[in-house]
Amino acid sequence: MIEYVWLIPLLPLIGFVINGILGRRLGKTLVSLIGCGTIGVSFLISVKILFELLSLPAEHRIIERVVFPWIYSGLFKVNVSFLLDPLSCVMILVVSGVGFFIHVYSIGYMGEDKGFARFFSFMNLFVFFMLTLVLSNNFLLLYLGWEGVGLCSYLLIGFWYEKKSASDAAKKAFIVNRIGDFGFALGIMLIFWTFGTLNYSDVFLQAPSILTLGGGLATAITLLLFAGAVGKSAQIPLYVWLPDAMEGPTPVSALIHAATMVTAGVYMVARCHVLFQLAPFTMGLVAVIGAVTALYTASIGMVQNDIKRVLAYSTISQLGYMFLGCGVGAFASGIFHLMTHAFFKALLFLGAGCVMHALSGELNMQKMGELKNKLPVTFWTMFAAVLAISGIPLFSGFFSKDEILWKAFSQGNLILWIIGLVTAGMTAFYMFRLFFLTFFGKSRVDESIKSHIHESPKIMIVPLMVLAVLSVIGGYIGVPKSLGGGNNFESFLSPVFGEKGEIALHPASTEYLLMALSVVVALLGIFFAYRFYIKSPDLPKSLAQRFSFPYKLLLNKYYVDELYFKIVVNPLLKFATFLWQFFDVKVIDGIANGLANTVNWFAGIGRKVQTGYVRNYALGMVFGVLLILAYFILR
Amino acid sequence: MDLSLIDINWQVITPQIILAVFGFVLLLLEAFLPKDKKGILPHLAWIGIALSFFFSVNLFGSGFSGFNGMALADNFALFFSFIFLISSFLVVLLSISFLKREEQVRGDYYALLLFATLGMMLMASSFDLIVIFLGLEIVSVSLYILSGFRKKDPKSNEASMKFFLMGSFATSFLIFGIALIYGNFGTTNLEKILFLAPFSGVFAGASEFLLYAGIGFLIVGFGFKIASVPFHMWMPDVFEGAPTPIAGFISAGPKAAGFAALLRIFLLAFSSIKPDWTLIFWILAVLSMTTGNLLALWQTNLKRLLAYSSIAHGGYILIAFVSGSNSAISGVLFYLSAYILMNLGAFAVIISMGSKEKEGTDLYKEYAGAGLKNPFLGVFMAIFMLSLAGFPPTAGFFAKFYIFSSAIKSGYLGLVIIAVINSLISVYYYLRVIVYMFMRPSAEEVKPVSIPFSLGLVILLTGIGILALGILPQELLNLAYNSIF
Amino acid sequence: MPSDYAFVGLFLVFGVAFVLFVFLLSKLIAPYKPNPVKKENYECGEVPIGQGWVQFNVRYYLFAIIFVIFDVEVVFLFPWAVVYKSLGFFAFIEMLIFIAILIFGLVYVWRKGALKWV
Repeated sequence: MIEYVWLIPLLPLIGFVINGILGRRLGKTLVSLIGCGTIGVSFLISVKILFELLSLPAEHRIIERVVFPWIYSGLFKVNVSFLLDPLSCVMILVVSGVGFFIHVYSIGYMGEDKGFARFFSFMNLFVFFMLTLVLSNNFLLLYLGWEGVGLCSYLLIGFWYEKKSASDAAKKAFIVNRIGDFGFALGIMLIFWTFGTLNYSDVFLQAPSILTLGGGLATAITLLLFAGAVGKSAQIPLYVWLPDAMEGPTPVSALIHAATMVTAGVYMVARCHVLFQLAPFTMGLVAVIGAVTALYTASIGMVQNDIKRVLAYSTISQLGYMFLGCGVGAFASGIFHLMTHAFFKALLFLGAGCVMHALSGELNMQKMGELKNKLPVTFWTMFAAVLAISGIPLFSGFFSKDEILWKAFSQGNLILWIIGLVTAGMTAFYMFRLFFLTFFGKSRVDESIKSHIHESPKIMIVPLMVLAVLSVIGGYIGVPKSLGGGNNFESFLSPVFGEKGEIALHPASTEYLLMALSVVVALLGIFFAYRFYIKSPDLPKSLAQRFSFPYKLLLNKYYVDELYFKIVVNPLLKFATFLWQFFDVKVIDGIANGLANTVNWFAGIGRKVQTGYVRNYALGMVFGVLLILAYFILR
Repeated sequence: MDLSLIDINWQVITPQIILAVFGFVLLLLEAFLPKDKKGILPHLAWIGIALSFFFSVNLFGSGFSGFNGMALADNFALFFSFIFLISSFLVVLLSISFLKREEQVRGDYYALLLFATLGMMLMASSFDLIVIFLGLEIVSVSLYILSGFRKKDPKSNEASMKFFLMGSFATSFLIFGIALIYGNFGTTNLEKILFLAPFSGVFAGASEFLLYAGIGFLIVGFGFKIASVPFHMWMPDVFEGAPTPIAGFISAGPKAAGFAALLRIFLLAFSSIKPDWTLIFWILAVLSMTTGNLLALWQTNLKRLLAYSSIAHGGYILIAFVSGSNSAISGVLFYLSAYILMNLGAFAVIISMGSKEKEGTDLYKEYAGAGLKNPFLGVFMAIFMLSLAGFPPTAGFFAKFYIFSSAIKSGYLGLVIIAVINSLISVYYYLRVIVYMFMRPSAEEVKPVSIPFSLGLVILLTGIGILALGILPQELLNLAYNSIF
Repeated sequence: MPSDYAFVGLFLVFGVAFVLFVFLLSKLIAPYKPNPVKKENYECGEVPIGQGWVQFNVRYYLFAIIFVIFDVEVVFLFPWAVVYKSLGFFAFIEMLIFIAILIFGLVYVWRKGALKWV
C-alpha cells in the first residue's frame, strides 16, 4: 500500500472535481457518497499504511516516493513527491480520519443547505490540500498545500457569502494569513538561497554543517517560517482572524479551524525541528508566544457568551500549548497534543453544532440551559470532550497536556510551566462554564423554540460517539513511563525527532507531584465553574459589576480588534486614500494615460497599414524583403 | 539510373500514406454517397487521423529514414506529426457540428483537411528542401480552398482570394530562395548543407551575397507561413473570412509546420553561420510580438483578436531562434503543443457561441455576460484566455517560461525584457474577454446555448490538457527534449 | 563561379538585344502603308464582334485547369517512358499509382458535375 500513498490526496481531489462540476445534477445522496467515500477510502489506506509502517523496523520507517517530476529548470528542481514517515503518518490519519467523521456529520448538518454540493466539493478540496501539505517532501509542495488550505478556509468561512459578516470574516482571515504567509514565503526563498534545494531531506542533512548553532541565518530562516506558523495557527499577534472565522458552517469550524488546518503551523515547526533546534532564540520565542497565547486567549474565553467563540478562543489557547511544547523541544509531545486536541475539539464543535441545530441556530449560551435531558447523546459525548480538554486523569487530554507541562518544567522553564498550569485551570473553568450554561440550570431558551428542541439525526450523532470514544482512549498510546506506560507515541515518532532519553534531572516523584498539582488546578477550575453557574447563578453578574473593568476588558477581548483598527487598519486606510487620491489619480493615471495614448498612436499606424488591399499587403512584404536584403548587403 | 540507389523505406511514410488513402476515399465517397449518408464522413476522417497517429507513435524512437533523406521518421518529425495530427483531430471534431449548422456536410472538406495534414507532416519530416516545399504547397493549396469554403459568403471568398494571392507571392520568394541555395551548394539536402555551410565562402566565392539572398528569401517564404511581421497581413483578413474551424486550423497546424521547417533549416542546416542571421530573427521577433499585441488591443472581433494574438505568439516563438540552444528548441516544441490546445479551445468556444445567423465573434454584443449564462463555456474560455496570457498554472505559463529562460541563458536579456513587456500588454486584451463574459450585464441577445457533444468534447479535452500541462509540464518537456534533431 | 553567372548575364543581354534588333530591323526595312482594313484586328481570320476585354465564363478556367493537370501528367510520362526498361517493374507500379490518383480526381470532378456544360 505504501506504493499507493499518492492515492491518499488524489481521492479527495477526484471527489472535489466530480462534486464541483457535476454536483448540482448528482443529487444529495450521490454527492455525500462521493464526498465522504473518497475521504473514507483515503482514511482506510492511511490505516493500512500505518500498519505497514509499524511492521517495518523503526529505522526504515522514513520513505520517500516521487510521484512525478514537477519543475526542472536549471538548478531549480522540484518533484511532486511524498514523504511518508511516522510524523506524516500521524498527520494523514488525523486529517483523513477526523475529516471523514466530520464529513459524515455534515451530511446531516448541511442537509437543508442549497449549497450542499458546493460545500462538499470545497471540503474535499480542503482535505486534498491538507493531505498534500502534510505528505510533501519539499517546501514548495508544502507551500502549495499551505496556500491551498488558506484558500479553502477563505471559501468556507465565506460559505454563506450573502451574509456580510461572513464575507467580512473571510476577508479578514485571508488578509491576516497573507501577512504570515509573506514571511513564510520569504523563509522558503531564504532556504533555497542557502541550501540550493527545497527538499526536506537535503536541507535537514546539510543544515548542521551550513548553519551555525544560534547563527543569524538560522535564526532568520526559522523566524520567517515561524511567522507563517503564527498566521496559520492563529498565535499572538495574528490570532484575530480565528474567532471571526466561526461565521462559517460549524463542520468547517470543527475540521478546519480546530482539528486540522490551524495545526499546520505546529506541524510545520515540528517538521523543521532540525532548523529550529539550530536557533535557540527562535525556540525561546516559540515557547513564549505559545505560552502567552495560551494564557491570554484562555482568559478571554472565560467570559465569552457565544458558544462557538468560546471554543475558538479555546482552540487558540490549545494551539498555544502545542507551540509551548515545540518551543521547549518536546516536538513529539506537541504532535501528541495536536492529535488528542483534534479529537476532542472536533467533538466539541460538532456537539455545539448539535446544540445549535436543536435551538434553531442559537449561539448565545445565556439563552440555553437545561438541555441535558433533551439532548442526551450530545450531553454525554460533550461531557467526555470537556473532561478530556480539562485534563482530568484517564482522559486523552490529561496525558498530552501533562506531558507538555512536564517537559516545560523539566527543561527548567518554571515561568512557562506556571503559565501553563494557570491556563489549565482557566481551561477547566471555561469549558465547564460552557458545559453548565448549556446543559444545566434553568432553561433560558426562547419560548418560541422551546417546544421543538430535539436530538439530531443518527448521521450526526454517530460521528459524535466515535469521536467521544477517541477522546477518551486517544491518550493511552502515549502514557508516560512514570505511569507504567511505554510512551509508545513518542517512540513511534522517534525516527523523526530522534531518541531523547528521559531527562533524569528530576525524580519520578516530582513528576507525580506535578501531575497531582495540575489535576488539583483543573478541579479548582471546575469547582469555580460549578459554584458560579450552578450553585448561585447570580454570582457572575455581581462579580462582573464589582470587577467591571477587568470583566469588560475580557469581554471585549482586550480591545485588540479595536486596537488593530486604530493603529493598523485606520492609518492604512488613510494612507490608501492618500495614495489613491494623489498617487493613483495623478501619477499612475497620468502615466497610464500617457502610455495608453502612445500605444494607441502606434496601433493607429498599424491599423492604417492594415488596409485590406492585397496590393498594400504585398508592398509590405516587399518592404520586408528589401530590408532583409539590405541587411545582408550592408552587414 | 538505378532505382536500387534509392533507399526505399515505406515504413517511414506509413502515417502519410494512411492520410492520403483516407483523403482519396473521402473524396470518392463525397462523389458517390447519397446526401443523407454523408454524416459518416467526418468519422472516417478522424479514424484516419487516429490510425496515422497510431503508426506515428509506433515509429517514435526508431529514427528511421528513407528515400535518401527525403523522408525521415526521427523524433523531431514525429513530435511535430503528433502536434499536426492532434490539431487536425480536434479540428475535425470542431467541424462536425459547424458544417451541420452551415448545411455543408461534405467529404471534400475533410479530404482537404487530411491532405493539408499530410503536407504539414512532409514539411516536418524531410531533410530535402524540395520535399519541404512540396509539403508547403500541399498545405497552402488545401488551405486556399478551405478558407473559401463558405461559397455564398463574400467574406469567405475574399479571404480565400487574398490568401491565395499573398500565398503565391510568398511561395515565389521561397522557391527562388531554394534555387539560390541549390546554386550555392549543389544540393537541396539539409544534412549536406550543414556540412557545406561553413565553407560557403570557399564554394561560392564572390557570390556569397547570393547565398544570403537565398537565406533571406527562405525567411520571407516561411515568415509568411508563420505570419511574422511584416509578412503577416493576410492573417487577420483570412481569419475573419474563413470558416471558424479553418481559422483555428490555420493558426495551429500550418503555423507549427512552418516552425518545424524553419527549425530544421536554420537551427540545423545553417546553424554554423548563425551569427549571420540572428539579428534578422531578433528583429522579426520584436516586430511580430509588438505589432501583434498592439493591434490586438483594439479588436472587438474575437477572430481578428485571435489572429493578432497568433502573430504575437509567433513572435515569442521566434525568440527561440535567436537563442538557438537545445533548450530553446525543446521550448518551441512545448510552446507549439500548448499553443494548439489553447487556441483550438478558444475557437471551439467561439463556434459554440455562434449560430447559423451570426458567427459568435462580437465581443460587445455576443459575449457580454455570456459567462454567467453559459458557465461551462465561460469557465473554459477563461482558462484558454489565461493560458494565452501566460498565467500559471496553465500550459501557457510554462511555454513562455521555457522559451524566455532559454533566451536569458543564451544572453539575450533585452529581447526577453521586450517579450515580457509584450506579455503584460497582452494580458489586457485577454482578460478583457473574461471581464466581458463575467462582469458585464448581459446583452439582450445573449442566451444559454446548447453545446453539441463534439464541441463540448474539444473544449473539455483542450481545457484539461492545458491544466495538465500547466501542473505537470515535465513529462512533455522531457519528450520534447528527446525530440530534438 | 562568377564567370558562370556572367555567362547567364551575357545570355540575358543577348536575348534582349536580339529581340530589339529584330524589331528594329523589321521597322527599318518593312514598307509602312496603312489602310482601314489592315488596321482591323482579327482572330483566326474572322472579323471580331465587340471588345476583346469580356468576362469569360468561369467554366473555361475549370476545363483549362483539368487540361493542365493531364498536360503535366504527359510531361511526367515522357521521361518515364524513355527510361522505362531500365527502371523495371517497381517504377511501373509507381506510375500506375500516379495515374490512379489523377483518375480519382477526374472521377470526382465528373461526379460533381464539373464536366457538364450548362
